[in-house]
Amino acid sequence: MPPIRTDWVEVRAESDIVHARQLVRRLSSEMGFRLVDQTKLVTAASELARNTVVHGGGGRLSWECIAEEGREGIRLTFHDCGPGIADVQLALKDGWSTGKGLGMGLSGTKRLVNEFEIESRPGRGTRVTITKWK
Amino acid sequence: MLAQSGLTDLLRNQTKQLHAQWMAELAAGLRADSRIGATELSEQTGEFLRILSEAAREGVWDGPQSPQLRPVLSFLDEVSRSRAIRGFTPEETATFVFSLKRPVFDHLRRRFEADPKTLADALWTATELIDSLGIHTFKAYQRTREEVINRQRTEMLELSTPVVKLWEGILALPMIGTVDSARAQTVMESLLERIIETGSTIAIIDITGVPTVDTLVAQHLLKTVAAIRLMGAECIISGIRPQIAQTIVQLGITLEGVTTRATLADALALALRRSGQTIAGTRPS
Repeated sequence: MPPIRTDWVEVRAESDIVHARQLVRRLSSEMGFRLVDQTKLVTAASELARNTVVHGGGGRLSWECIAEEGREGIRLTFHDCGPGIADVQLALKDGWSTGKGLGMGLSGTKRLVNEFEIESRPGRGTRVTITKWK
Repeated sequence: MLAQSGLTDLLRNQTKQLHAQWMAELAAGLRADSRIGATELSEQTGEFLRILSEAAREGVWDGPQSPQLRPVLSFLDEVSRSRAIRGFTPEETATFVFSLKRPVFDHLRRRFEADPKTLADALWTATELIDSLGIHTFKAYQRTREEVINRQRTEMLELSTPVVKLWEGILALPMIGTVDSARAQTVMESLLERIIETGSTIAIIDITGVPTVDTLVAQHLLKTVAAIRLMGAECIISGIRPQIAQTIVQLGITLEGVTTRATLADALALALRRSGQTIAGTRPS
């Protein structure tokens, strides 16, 4: 089923992370997500947007409002052409970080959403897709 | 070069006429609610032509990068700066220089009517000059706008971190909005300074106004708490709303060892108890 609405925005600088958060908050509130689910999705988007800027050297957020099998949801795809992740399994571990962060971003994000897909190869960039159902 | 001499001649000897035509061109676009009066505009254009004709007097210029154009460029810097600060639109600012094209072109056409080749050369020289001046104007405009935005950003950083004294020995910092690394740094600094100044032993950071608490925000909070402890004071984080609490748990962030409360009122009550103070209600005697 085609998405109800879809578009994309650039995620290149710190201020774009704020915009990405505001965008996701607006979409999820328009779709009538519960406040706690809105907060979870916004937080997940914030983590991934920061990864895109800090580790991916900037990229793009594509969003879709989707409806399938009688349920509605939002799917977000963060895509960058950065250095990529050598060991995706390791990156998904709690407390593992290449930067100076807490190392909970990626693994925590996975727990905040219903579906989580990551595709990355060294030198080929990273694509993370998350879906939250209402 | 004949083509260039046409332009220099125009700038040197027919400045007055050119000025009048240019003003007519600009006045057409001047609205009643414009941010600049006709008198001021006339002064600006007059001064610009004076400087430009002086530059032309210095002899031939070999393209827009010529050193004798420097005074012209710095005059344009000033014009763009003042326009950016006064809130002119980009179009209004760019029009200042670009509107000079028609009067200059008209003049060159009349002068080289009989010689299409020289006319083409002269038009090209004029276009190149005016375009490069226009682009320069625009760059200066853009630069000033960025300066304005940066200044506002710094102002907001200061505005958004008011450390308030709630009670004897108890400080509170209500955080509002986005917490990025720069803000977290400002917050930490001002809070630590005020702890020293007031000799407070308890600091409450209230995050009711922070819409999203992700791992970066959590990390900044943890660092601030650690720094406050190092100074011998205690820190309470308040304003953790239910949806934030659930999100923090799922993210896997542990705030172990950090005292947290749901509301600022709860945090104040706790702080009073810890510092051995009580608030007594007034009873009718």
